Amino acid sequence: MIRSDILKDIAPILRDQLVVCNIGLPSQEMHLIDDQPTNFYMLGTMGLSSSIGFGLALAQDKKVISIDGDGSVLTNFGTLPTIANNVADNFILLIVDNGSYGSTGDQPTYAGKKTSLAAVARACGCENVVEVQAEDTGKALQDALDGDKMTIIVAKCESGNIKVPVITMDPVVIRDRFMKSVQA
Amino acid sequence: MSINTKIVDDLVANDISFVTTVPCKQLAGVIDEIDARAGVMHVPSNKEDEGMGLCAGAWMGGKRPAIIMQNTAIGVTINTLATLIQYYRMPLPMLISYRGELREPVACQVEMAVHTKALLAQMNIPTYHFHHQSDADELDAILKYTFMCNKPVAILTDANFWGGYGDQ
Repeated sequence: MIRSDILKDIAPILRDQLVVCNIGLPSQEMHLIDDQPTNFYMLGTMGLSSSIGFGLALAQDKKVISIDGDGSVLTNFGTLPTIANNVADNFILLIVDNGSYGSTGDQPTYAGKKTSLAAVARACGCENVVEVQAEDTGKALQDALDGDKMTIIVAKCESGNIKVPVITMDPVVIRDRFMKSVQA
Repeated sequence: MSINTKIVDDLVANDISFVTTVPCKQLAGVIDEIDARAGVMHVPSNKEDEGMGLCAGAWMGGKRPAIIMQNTAIGVTINTLATLIQYYRMPLPMLISYRGELREPVACQVEMAVHTKALLAQMNIPTYHFHHQSDADELDAILKYTFMCNKPVAILTDANFWGGYGDQ
């Protein structure tokens, strides 16, 4: 399974949740698969999906899922100690780990080599870290939603991309409809 | 009233309830004062772009945010300011320790100080420079302006404002 297969699989679970989607193809794929006002699409700013989602989770009570990538977490490693030390039990970080920088042409990441993001998250102090194979992502996500405990999910999948159009929605529109969903 | 108390009083009076910080000697008193206020959530961040991501999320979640950082962070956060805070039109007061200005003892700090205002101007970021403690009288108005226009706004506070730095 590649990332878009995982996103297709979990789209029904994500539908009613606040979701922060990572820059590039992950956002474009979510937009294509199941565009929802509860999706915040990142159009730029690599690395900050976890930070945006975590800030949102700290500021209000609804559950928040940040969909991140291995490359993006490597870009913003400092996020993991911050998350670990300021626990928000309404926050789920889903790292789709395909071992590559998918949006830029599948160059390999260190997470696909020696570096284990699950081990790094645990070393940073995150207490509830699960690593799953791609096909088990939906179950892990549902368990995390049902569990009411801050959870880091590392979903291992294959590298690869589908053809998707870019998101042409205005960023202020994305943000405005997302904020209305947060308040609803 | 101490300047630290006055600054945090203004933050609280403007409903700022989420503050992220990276450490700073000059702003240490403000950070301590924030920690003493029950109504303000303080989440230290490891890097300033991470902090801006936290602030973006907190604002979308209904809390008015602020970030406390040094001016060297302008070099770290240009992309985040352009593609997140400005692109999505989000308010962000940035209370900044302006290292490398008058009474600065560390020469290397001057290297970013000379670029600070030029970079902020290039980014069209409204910028206020506090040099004397009375300049902080405008903080309340600056915060109101920030949340009126939904822009990042820089408040540069130099060593003279803080009464010198070390023995200088």
